[in-house]
Amino acid sequence: MTRIWVTGLGVTAPNGLGTDDYWAATLAGRSGLGRITRFDPARYPAQLAGEVPGFDARRHLPGRLIPQTDHMTRLALVAADWALAEAGLAGGGPYGEYEMGVVTAASSGGFEFGQRELQNLWSKGGRHVSAYQSFAWFYAVNTGQISIRNGMRGPSGVVVADQAGGLDALAQARRQIRRGARVIVSGGVDGSLCPWGWAAQLSTGALSTGDDPATAYLPFDRRAAGYVPGEGGAVLVLEDAESAARRDAPVRYGEVAGYGATFDPPPGSGREPGLRRAIEIALADAGTAAAGIDVVFADAAGLAGPDRAEAAALAAVFGPGGVPVTVPKTMTGRLYSGGAPLDVAAALLALRDGLIPPTVNVVPDPALGLDLVTGVPRPAPLKTALVLARGHGGFNSALVVRAAG
Amino acid sequence: MGDHEELTLPDLRRILREAAGVNEGTDLDGEILDLDFEDLGYDSLALLETGARIEREYGVRLEDDAITSARTPRALLTVVNLTFTDIDAA
Repeated sequence: MTRIWVTGLGVTAPNGLGTDDYWAATLAGRSGLGRITRFDPARYPAQLAGEVPGFDARRHLPGRLIPQTDHMTRLALVAADWALAEAGLAGGGPYGEYEMGVVTAASSGGFEFGQRELQNLWSKGGRHVSAYQSFAWFYAVNTGQISIRNGMRGPSGVVVADQAGGLDALAQARRQIRRGARVIVSGGVDGSLCPWGWAAQLSTGALSTGDDPATAYLPFDRRAAGYVPGEGGAVLVLEDAESAARRDAPVRYGEVAGYGATFDPPPGSGREPGLRRAIEIALADAGTAAAGIDVVFADAAGLAGPDRAEAAALAAVFGPGGVPVTVPKTMTGRLYSGGAPLDVAAALLALRDGLIPPTVNVVPDPALGLDLVTGVPRPAPLKTALVLARGHGGFNSALVVRAAG
Repeated sequence: MGDHEELTLPDLRRILREAAGVNEGTDLDGEILDLDFEDLGYDSLALLETGARIEREYGVRLEDDAITSARTPRALLTVVNLTFTDIDAA
């Protein structure tokens, strides 16, 4: 079976712009959560978010792309630039344009751009709506813009499954490489920190209404009362391992080794949620027993019920306290389709450095029986990591990454 | 001239900038009158957006074809200013 390596990372996260800044902040336990500045949140019940700091799109992108892109697409384009540069594929490398594709995850599209144009529509009329609205709001826009900018015309697509979609996109990228593509730029960058996007997010009732960034998002803690959303995510270069070895790819973060996805039974069925099965499918796909997993990056909904369900799934597979679990997203918030790719990036960096990044602010509920890594990074010999992600409506996905070797 | 002023090259430069931005390597302030829009980095969507802004600013209606079939700034200025003349003559 074709093996797939991650040969490049691009990170735009609320606690760090660029992989190095993000990883340094994450190991130091520095959070990027704070009161929203991108619009005035005073009249909304939830007012905290993770905003990507210090991002000036004009410094990174050509002027032609500015009028036609939402903020989150600009972040995605820059993350893709960085990932491809690290992979040594900025100009495409040895590959033909049809051997390279793009598969990203999305949850909302360009809401900020869309809101502005809808306001133009109802306040001034249709002739005041930007021609670029035709695609700038759309779920597939990041895939399309990355594809155009980098001349990648191979198999491409977009996956929409809320937080779980970030792993599903990586799995779809792996599938496309197994079908013959050499490189797929994948992952997800998301964000809709504008009134329209905020109203949509509030509708789930799952957002934290706390006003203290240090206590607003406390997964696996008795005080858990919702999550803080954020913007950003990660773009990963996935590459056929043989081709990467042949061109002597400069960086090998690790292998995408296993994947599983399930869907929950209908609410009220009384049946077990699908997360445990997703984990078991991913482990089987990776050819590893539970004991082969060195660390778990949890989904961490930040709500009592879903947290309990995740802890129960972990206990069922690994035994109580049977594996170190961590939630670096306590420092970024939940990034929707960008969240799981960022966790995969963190997992690969953890494998590289032999350090499990910490969960911040959380006092673990002992009843959940988790070995949660809190406060400071935990040194450990790491070979294999499991990343979990659940999406609104019943999506469960699990991905195993293994150190390249 | 009638009620409609003329669309000049400096006007067009400003509107192109606002509508579609400028690529690095494109000197929009240089001698661009007879350069192909494609060589200036503008595709048909960029021209549609530019046309929409001209319409809004000058209170005219332009045919989509008229805009996107103009290959150069000179051709676009000509087609827009002919429209102004038609309106003023009517």
